[in-house]
Amino acid sequence: MNKKGLSTPYVIWMAIFVVAPLILVVVYAFTSKSGGFTFENFSGMLQYAGIFSNSFLLAIIATAICLAIGYPLSYFLAKESATIRKVAMIFIMLPMWMNFLLRTYAWMSILEDTGLFNRLLALLGLPTLHIINTNAAVVIGMVYNFLPFMILPIFSVIEKIDRSVIEAAQDLGANSVMVFKRVIFPLSLPGVLSGITMVFIPAVSTFVISKLLGGGMTWLLGDLIENQFLGNVYNPHLGSAISLVMMIIVMICMAVMNRFGEGEEGAVVL
Amino acid sequence: MSNELIRLKDCFMAFDDQVVLNSINLYIKDREFLTLLGPSGCGKTTTLRIIGGFQKPTSGSVFFDGVRINDVPPHKRRINTVFQKYALFSHMNVFENVAFGLRIAKLPKAEIKRRVTETLKLVNLPGFEKRSVNSLSGGQQQRIAIARAIVNRPQVLLLDEPLGALDLKLRKEMQIELKKIQQQVGITFVYVTHDQEEALTMSDTIVVMNQGNIQQIGTPTDIYNEPKNAFVASFIGESNIIDGIMNEDYMVTFAGHTFRCLDSGFAQNELVDVVVRPEDLHICAPEEGHIRGVVESIVFKGVHYEMIVRTPAFPFLVQSTLHRAVGQEIGLSLTPDDIHIMRKPKQKDAQAAPLPDAQAADA
Ligand SMILES: Nc1ncnc2c1ncn2[C@@H]1O[C@H](COP(=O)(O)OP(=O)(O)O)[C@@H](O)[C@H]1O
Ligand SMILES: [Mg+2]
Repeated sequence: MNKKGLSTPYVIWMAIFVVAPLILVVVYAFTSKSGGFTFENFSGMLQYAGIFSNSFLLAIIATAICLAIGYPLSYFLAKESATIRKVAMIFIMLPMWMNFLLRTYAWMSILEDTGLFNRLLALLGLPTLHIINTNAAVVIGMVYNFLPFMILPIFSVIEKIDRSVIEAAQDLGANSVMVFKRVIFPLSLPGVLSGITMVFIPAVSTFVISKLLGGGMTWLLGDLIENQFLGNVYNPHLGSAISLVMMIIVMICMAVMNRFGEGEEGAVVL
Repeated sequence: MSNELIRLKDCFMAFDDQVVLNSINLYIKDREFLTLLGPSGCGKTTTLRIIGGFQKPTSGSVFFDGVRINDVPPHKRRINTVFQKYALFSHMNVFENVAFGLRIAKLPKAEIKRRVTETLKLVNLPGFEKRSVNSLSGGQQQRIAIARAIVNRPQVLLLDEPLGALDLKLRKEMQIELKKIQQQVGITFVYVTHDQEEALTMSDTIVVMNQGNIQQIGTPTDIYNEPKNAFVASFIGESNIIDGIMNEDYMVTFAGHTFRCLDSGFAQNELVDVVVRPEDLHICAPEEGHIRGVVESIVFKGVHYEMIVRTPAFPFLVQSTLHRAVGQEIGLSLTPDDIHIMRKPKQKDAQAAPLPDAQAADA
């Protein structure tokens, strides 16, 4: 009874800021500019298939790179002493205390044709690369901005794995490869799944990164949606429909992934 | 000594500057049930971890079947462990937990299934294969931990306070069951506990430890009847430990009376600790006893009464089937073999002195 009372503010909050906007999005998606019910917003979406696939592709690549960097980093970090862990975590979090735009602008100047990165290559006598305003730059921006969201959940599950469970596996004959394969990795899966979720969702819907680092050359879903609401075409009905479709695709992806990780402790966020 | 399986030789262990094991010497015979007994923090777990290979002694050697195994990692030792907190794999069901070691050993599927089923029967949990380990009670998890270890048919099973988390009734049942399992599978058990009663009922050999030193090694009867020093006497069961003076061989004075005893080899008038078990003090009429005292309290303990008898020198704990009223004056008498004389520990680093003849059990 008491507990019910305590959750009331949260329920009200959810209703105002989550459920209501969601209903608005659905209503807009199924109405035309004149206000009548229609499927037009969806049927007209096929022309954007390229943007959809490009968005998902870049987000998947960025998520995979985050995982490839984040997992080993979390794994080895979890083995370090408490002091090293704390200091390392501060450094991992540090960029997030800086403004998102500022960080991304910084990457612009690093990746420019005459930027820091290319000057470094030149200094080493290597040929310079054209990175800025390509998909590669967008992926780099995504990885840089979202990597902490991969590291944090993975690190916290690995850190919590009981030392005695690892010793039990060794005791039963497992060498370090088998300990990892049969105990540590399966026990860390919930962290991996939430890391993937927390990187993939912002990556698939970003528009700032693609605008600044992609130079507007390739549009992502985020840009497309933003353009419907804030851009010159102004069509919130189409914008809502695109958002809805994106949401549904993301939800299907997550559901499939959760099924894959089923049976593990503490199912993933979402 | 032909069936000696494990030997710890001068095993010394220090964490930073703290000495945790002070040159432990110990051997464990094949198929025996050996218990490491001592108060919390005395180094029992550390000793067990050294045997299991999870910790390397700072100095000293560990031998298994005559071979030095200091540098052999845990997964290559024919030793399995039942961990203090069970340490089951929460991401696997009961079957997979028990099968873990067999799968690592790459046994054929049918053989794995047969042995897991057989072992679950042995620990009294047949048909639990598909259950999630998180849904089991403490006692059941305990048995799974045991099954997971013994299914591999190790030569030695290490158990670290395996019954510590269970309630009294279940603990008693599991004690009997564990002993039965040990006899059935016929392997060496090295068992850690701080519960003296558990040690006395289950073990073939008890190793009493305190502050990183072995105090005494012996059979339960030896340890109970012939404690080597006041620490062992007070840790194993309740005891009256009284200051005494060894007048000469076979003569000791304590509590205002001179007694005949069975001990010799002390200096003349050496100060000693005298240990008297509460059940060895016999109640008689005041004028017939060696010691006179007044009953200060009496409690019924089920089988016997437990009294505090106040004497001018010492309040004696007495256990007897006889009832005496509080305030009544009584006599207490002792026979020579009820009196155990212990050398006083040296004042400085009393506990640190290693006992020279550590392996008395085998005599
Ligand atoms: N890894 C470690 N680092 C530092 N001190 C330890 C470590 N392991 C055990 N100790 C210390 O060693 C002593 C003995 O511990 P332990 O063997 O666990 O005792 P017991 O099992 O008899 O309770 C304790 O004082 C404990 O604090
Ligand atoms: Mg312990």
